[in-house]
Amino acid sequence: MKPFGYQRPVTAEEAVSLGARPGARYLGGGTNLVDLMKLGVEAPELLVDVTGLALGNITDTPDGVLVGATVRNSDLAADPRIRRGYPVLSQALLAGASGQLRNMATVAGNLLQRTRCLYFQDVSKACNKRLPGSGCPARVGIHRDLAILGASAHCLATHPSDMCVALTALDAVVEVAGQHGVRQIAITDLFPLPADDPARETVLGPGSLITGVKLPVLPMAVNSRYRKARDRASYAFATGSVAAALHVADGVVADVRIALGAVAPVPWRARRAEQALVGQPAVARSFLGAADAELAVADVLPQNGYKVPLLRNLITAVLTELAEATRR
Amino acid sequence: MSADLPGHSRIVLSVNGTEHPLDVVDNRSTLLDVLRERLDLTGTKKGCDHGQCGACTVLADGRRINACLTLAVAVQGRQITTVEGLAASSGLSQLQRAFLEYDAYQCGYCTPGQLCSATGMLAEAAAGWPSAVTAGDAAAELDTAEIRERMSGNLCRCGAYVNIVTAIEAVARPR
Repeated sequence: MKPFGYQRPVTAEEAVSLGARPGARYLGGGTNLVDLMKLGVEAPELLVDVTGLALGNITDTPDGVLVGATVRNSDLAADPRIRRGYPVLSQALLAGASGQLRNMATVAGNLLQRTRCLYFQDVSKACNKRLPGSGCPARVGIHRDLAILGASAHCLATHPSDMCVALTALDAVVEVAGQHGVRQIAITDLFPLPADDPARETVLGPGSLITGVKLPVLPMAVNSRYRKARDRASYAFATGSVAAALHVADGVVADVRIALGAVAPVPWRARRAEQALVGQPAVARSFLGAADAELAVADVLPQNGYKVPLLRNLITAVLTELAEATRR
Repeated sequence: MSADLPGHSRIVLSVNGTEHPLDVVDNRSTLLDVLRERLDLTGTKKGCDHGQCGACTVLADGRRINACLTLAVAVQGRQITTVEGLAASSGLSQLQRAFLEYDAYQCGYCTPGQLCSATGMLAEAAAGWPSAVTAGDAAAELDTAEIRERMSGNLCRCGAYVNIVTAIEAVARPR
């Protein structure tokens, strides 16, 4: 590991100024960054520890719940407001990692975690994300866990987060401080698709500091849930996951939010499925049709084709459960 | 915390109630390595060194964390508890006694991490924290399914899981 400096600022302004220095990285819980430094994938010259900033609170505001950037994943999952008002978010957080890692990981760090694609994490291999222009061995190599939606010829890595899938379904807004002031970014705008530049994973520039995530007021989120498929019962990344919220009126889908995990380079908002559902009867047949509408554009390779029926079944099951919950 | 040497820091680590001033710590040092190599607290074990096995689990302000992914410079001001600090002067903790009584180990390498993790986990459950298998928003009773899910961050390659769960259950739900 390359030697690096360490700073622990107490104000966001100080953090932004330090974070804009060449080779600087923000340090939250370190669960991904420190691991990548050990692997040689990341080699920062300066770590700016943001856990000393006053960004560790969950606050009720008139237009939603504001979650500070350094709130730990475990605290967010256990918060009664989140469990009651946004259960999909609590469930997604609890489906991820282990108790120890959730106690360390921060909200902003979870947003900015890197793909677990084997080629990205192995510095002896080519990877267009880690070393632009070096190539992507995954397409003809190991791609069982990789993307079926939104990938490009240059990269088919998946975004690894569970939390971000729930935030995407909830239309969360990411608050960012930078050298030119504060801005708000819809989570669906935070992560660009890889296209021909997979090294560009977010729209954030150097020094940009995520200060919090706003969960908008969304009454239908009371009826929301997260379901994750994985290779073992606990403590594993998803092979596919679904976050959804459903509002049914008179047996008809009045409003619905669906996001998919582990299938795309970004947390995938399933807008085609949503559009196919609104106004349809809230029954399994409609849900299957909506899943098919979304997955019709899937681009599969020899090892990851299983994700299409997996996601089709997950989407249908989650929406069916949510529809049943509204009937009780 | 500013250090005279680039890439190094001067820190004070609080471990098991004792303050340890360390004049020169390489910023790259993990808490795990400092505990073992500098403070001779070798109870905390290094398994994978990548946050995947839980052998290095310690408590920071009572919360369980992986010491292998924690930089020592980043835990100043926090109270670290290692397996050496679980026992009181009056004797072993309830969990430690239960691990002995129910034979909750074979080789013992994962045991310090299991003990620290279970200690933190019981506090989380007492605070009403849910897990992935908790139904609804009620407080969870620590049955076998809850304990298995909540302890999934600690691997045991001997496969002593059955007795580990039994030992923890004996403390969580005394008969």
